[in-house]
This record gives sequence, C-alpha cells and structure tokens, in this order.
Amino acid sequence: MSSIEVNGKSYETDEEGYLVNLTEWNEDVGKYLAQTESVEMTDQHWEVINFLRDYYNEFQIAPAVRVLTKAIGKKLGAEKGTSQYLYELFPYGPAKQACKIAGLPKPTGCV
Amino acid sequence: MLNIVNKSPAERNALESCLRVAQGGAILLIEDAVYAATRGNAAEATLRDALSRFKVYALAPDLEARGMHDRVMEGIATVDYGGFVDLVAEHKTCQSWL
Amino acid sequence: MSEGTIKKFMFVNRKAPYGTVYALESLEVVLITAAFDQDVSLVFMDDGVFQLKKGQQTKGIENKNFSPTYRALDGYDIEKLYVEEEALAARGLTEDDLLVDVAVMSRADLGKLMEEMDVVLSF
Repeated sequence: MSSIEVNGKSYETDEEGYLVNLTEWNEDVGKYLAQTESVEMTDQHWEVINFLRDYYNEFQIAPAVRVLTKAIGKKLGAEKGTSQYLYELFPYGPAKQACKIAGLPKPTGCV
Repeated sequence: MLNIVNKSPAERNALESCLRVAQGGAILLIEDAVYAATRGNAAEATLRDALSRFKVYALAPDLEARGMHDRVMEGIATVDYGGFVDLVAEHKTCQSWL
Repeated sequence: MSEGTIKKFMFVNRKAPYGTVYALESLEVVLITAAFDQDVSLVFMDDGVFQLKKGQQTKGIENKNFSPTYRALDGYDIEKLYVEEEALAARGLTEDDLLVDVAVMSRADLGKLMEEMDVVLSF
C-alpha cells in the first residue's frame, strides 16, 4: 500500500495510485491526482469527473469507455459523447485516467 | 445443542440433514441458509414442522444483505451478531452443518 | 477471437449472492465480455434468482452491495435477462421483487434457449 498527502491529510492508494477508499475523495484530492497525471483541470474535465462519480454512486462500478462515451453523449450532449472529446481531456484513456482523478477504482475489464 | 446451518436449502441438503438427524435444541440459520427462514420458499413447510422440536433463529445482517429481512416466517426469531454469541454461550455444544 | 466474429454467450447464474463469490465473479466476467461486443444472455435460475432481489443492504455484513450493478447492464447493451419461473415460485418471489426488467421463462423454455448458444458458462 502507498499513500498520498493532501492538505496535511494522508490518503491510502493502491500501487497504481488509485484511491483505496472512495468516500475519502474531495475536490482537492481530485486536483492532486490530476497533477500526478499531468492533467490541467478545466470545467470540462470536472464535468466528466462529476459524471463518473454519479455513475459510480448509482451503479457501483466504473463504466467501460464505450459505455461512458454513450452515457456522456446522452447526458451532456452528443458533441461530448465521442471518444475523441474524452481522449482530448484525458490523453492516457478517459476510463483509466479520469477514474483515478475521480477517486474510483480502475474500471472492470480495463488492463 | 446449537445447530448452525449456512447453506441455502435449495443448493445443499445441510438443513435437511440437520432436521432429519438432530434431536432438538436450537437451529441458527446464517449466510445463505437464511433463505430457508423466508415465507414462500420451498423449505418453508419442512422448517415450520420443525418449529415444534427446535427453536429456530436467523441472523439479521445476513437477511438484510439479501433483502429478505421483511419476509421472515412466523415463529423464527432474528438475532444480530451479539445474539449469535449469546446463543453459542448458552448451549453446551455447537454443530456447524457444512 | 477473430475480429467481427460475434458469438452467442450465455451466463447461467445459479448461486445466491454473498454466501459465495460466484455471483460477483460472474457479473465481472459478463461486463468484460460485453466490452468485446458479443451477444450476451444472462440466466438466473435456482438460488441465482436471489441476485436480483430488490432491497439488498449489505452494511451489516461489511460486503460490497453489487446489486445496483445489474441496473447498469442496460448501458452495456446487455438486455437479455432470463429468470426461471419455477425458481422464483419456489422462493416466494415474483417478478415485482426483482430490481431489473427480466423475461420470466419456464425451465423447459430455458433449456431450449441454452441449445441455441455458442458458449454457455455456469456460475
């Protein structure tokens, strides 16, 4: 087990840097995790992060990229429901990178 | 004797064997065996008949986890983990029917 | 698996949740299979029908409640969920007790459906 420190508080992460306890997540932790991924957070990024957290709360899983793309298109508008849009925001994979920043576990089936 | 059963009556015959062999005392249903304590399940009649010979308990957290806490049949008491410990302490022997 | 080949997969779920790890493992394999664009059907029979029971609250046993994930299957284009009629009845359950839309089928019809599959995996 590893850990990160944000605002003087320690958070447990797994060996790949994913937060162990997702209830501990807050925006500052999200910002810190984004920094470790070299992602500059904008409103568009937060929109996806918040969407992912809502999705997780409802279904208890992190969605596969295909499912995420489709669901984002439905909720946030068709122009955002493309993998191109999501990869521009999160170049190393929307599911993998955005999930990490959102404090979610790695998506099932994502290697 | 406290008889503890943890397998669903539809998957294994642990409860059936227990009812057939045990000579009375208490039965505590835990884990997947709590389904036996619910109304409308196929083992209901068998277990109901056994209520005259056994005091039957079911573990509440296991019922809740499975969404079955509101359909426990009459005559069966639910206990929490503390009640589980009390039952073990009250009886001279325990048998887990695996 | 060569690209473009779509096979008919059926996952047969026969065990109650939480008592063993089969139900959760099956669900994870189903989600992975869906990522490969296959034709996926799910069958819930015997104690497997309990996996879909509404109102599961797992705080007391300190397990993850994975029942909400069945509601996500629709988003994964997994829409073929079949439940054994006799199994429901034997457990005092009806279709209204289930947390997702399913097709209720007789044992005999499920058996026929299984014959049409390319791959059947039992959990």
